[in-house]
Amino acid sequence: MPESIAVIEPEPGWRFINFREIWEYKDLLYFLIWRDIKALYAQSVLGIGWAIIQPLLSMIVFTIVFGRLAKIGSDGVPYAVFSFAGLVPWTYFSNSLGMTAGSLISFANIITKVYFPRMLIPWTPIFSKLVDFGVSLFLLFILMVWFKIIPTIFVLTLPLLILLMMFTSAGLGMWLTALAIQYRDIQHGMSFGIRLLMYAAPVVYPVSLVPDQYRLIYGLNPMAGVIEGFRAALLGTRPMPWDLIGVGTISAIIIALSGAVYFRRMERFFADVA
Amino acid sequence: MLPDMSDTVISVENLSKRYRIGLKEEMHDTMVGAMLGIARRPFTNLKRLQKLSAFGKDDHEQKDVIWALDDVSFEVKRGELVGIIGRNGSGKSTLLKILSRITEPTKGRAVIHGRVGSLLEVGTGFHPELTGRDNVYLNGTILGMKKAEIDRKFDEIVAFSEIEKFIDTPVKRYSSGMRVRLAFAVAAYLQPEILLVDEVLAVGDMAFQTKCIKKMGEVAIEGRTVLFVSHKMASVKRLCGTVYWLGNGRLRQGGPTDEVVSCYEKETLDKANSHSQNQIIAVNDEHGVEVNGIHTAIDSQNGISSLIVKVKGRTMKPIARLGIGLQITTPDGTLVSRIGARLAKSIMENVNGDWEGLFEINDITRYLTGGDYLLQVKIIRPMMGVILNIEDASIVHVPQKDFYKAGVYLTSITHGIVPLPVSFHYRKA
Repeated sequence: MPESIAVIEPEPGWRFINFREIWEYKDLLYFLIWRDIKALYAQSVLGIGWAIIQPLLSMIVFTIVFGRLAKIGSDGVPYAVFSFAGLVPWTYFSNSLGMTAGSLISFANIITKVYFPRMLIPWTPIFSKLVDFGVSLFLLFILMVWFKIIPTIFVLTLPLLILLMMFTSAGLGMWLTALAIQYRDIQHGMSFGIRLLMYAAPVVYPVSLVPDQYRLIYGLNPMAGVIEGFRAALLGTRPMPWDLIGVGTISAIIIALSGAVYFRRMERFFADVA
Repeated sequence: MLPDMSDTVISVENLSKRYRIGLKEEMHDTMVGAMLGIARRPFTNLKRLQKLSAFGKDDHEQKDVIWALDDVSFEVKRGELVGIIGRNGSGKSTLLKILSRITEPTKGRAVIHGRVGSLLEVGTGFHPELTGRDNVYLNGTILGMKKAEIDRKFDEIVAFSEIEKFIDTPVKRYSSGMRVRLAFAVAAYLQPEILLVDEVLAVGDMAFQTKCIKKMGEVAIEGRTVLFVSHKMASVKRLCGTVYWLGNGRLRQGGPTDEVVSCYEKETLDKANSHSQNQIIAVNDEHGVEVNGIHTAIDSQNGISSLIVKVKGRTMKPIARLGIGLQITTPDGTLVSRIGARLAKSIMENVNGDWEGLFEINDITRYLTGGDYLLQVKIIRPMMGVILNIEDASIVHVPQKDFYKAGVYLTSITHGIVPLPVSFHYRKA
């Protein structure tokens, strides 16, 4: 085995993701993801059922409040399936971000004792939350069968939309983790912020309600393109919103790149301030 | 640049680490000031939190900045067992944290050849809901092992930890001893070229500790290098060939174990000696209790030596019950006797103002051989616990005695600390 030589010295300035090192630690990433999945459902009665209940109950409430009482349009499909199609990616997004902020507590005592690429911390929920996402996506398919909705050919773009969704979550996750290690406010404000943010994404209402001149600004939230894309591809409500997806992708890339750089700058202090 | 580095596995050059300790809170003496303070709080908090990771240029003068490690340099050769000693807060742990890359140095550098395994604290990353088996994999990969590597060593790890039966039980049902055993087993089989150990041996039962020490010895024999941080001089002396002594972040002395450890012990004893003058040794403001004198003396009458310990102090307010506990250790930290206040029945009632407690341990030479021992004093309040803990409070000089009436005066160094009474009979078959 070739001997590894490590030079430990202060590294000033900005640095980007060290992909080679992360590749070295891929087994750890795998076990962290797997720990998340396994530990989450250990000693819980409903187990994986939580992945169904959360979006399902939200859907029922939204259908009653926004669909029946407020009579918000749903682009010609039943409001239940309309809102569920939005809730599937949104629930993934909000759960993985919520976990990122919480991961600090669970990682604080590891960070201060062992070295590993800190980048794995915000990356772990991005993958582990895919299990819940898969389960609720499956439920969406069942709902579509129930309401006799046939997906469009654009269902083939779903993997791309999912990638955009993961990329967005990872980008924001890196920002939030780096900030939350130093500022505990992030943790307090997180669940509140995510709830507010939901109204800035087309979860309970269709994008068609947004005035045309604001459409691209609205698309700066990458989840707008993802959610509207999900609906267009699966429910065929409207043509694929390529403009929203395009703007969203650019903004997601900017968030992720800046998040990675900021995270790398701040990670050297994690052990000192955690 | 690299002149014959083949045998040097760790080289530390001018390593320094600066920490910012909590900044002092602003005090307000008026209500308006206090209210303004509350309104300004988010801004001052923001500045304070930012400061935790940002440092200015004039930091050497700032009060809230401490240098946990200050210009430390040394080299470790392959296969060496090196001890790092020093009091609490001397920079030992910071040094290990830098070498295991947990935190970055502020200045200087360290070059390390080979894989580093650290045992800074065992059980890192153990998840209570997961089984022992799961945690072996999780902990192993956190320490830097590959999955395939753990697969290969799994059975040996479990055997070493002695918890085969419970390997598929969630770790939360383990006793703390079992957790430590499992964690140490994982770390021991990491087989790093360099092993960093920090006082992990303080936990676990005696048999397991012995096993761990043996394992560390084996690791060294295999040509690996061990860096062992401890303030138990007994284990350092047993294990290490070379010792570095850190004090206030600086390297005080480095060299052969016996030389450095005896200097370190001498300083500890000197410090204990200086407590004999009348001065405030320790104060607990919350309880309003101070200790201002600890004296030990040997009182010899009719050939019997007794140890007298006098503890003097003052209380600022009336206290119903105040207890004094004693603890005697050898200079290298081995516990000789711990006599709590309840055992010694040394609880003073209705104390107010100056007080003085007097202990007498009769015929001390019957129980201990001659030499220097260290005394620790604890002031307790029943039901509230320890309010003052004075380490190295004083030295006890136990006189040498011809215990066996053989013309040999016993010393702890040559005869051990306890002279066991012995009798001998024989018959010819």
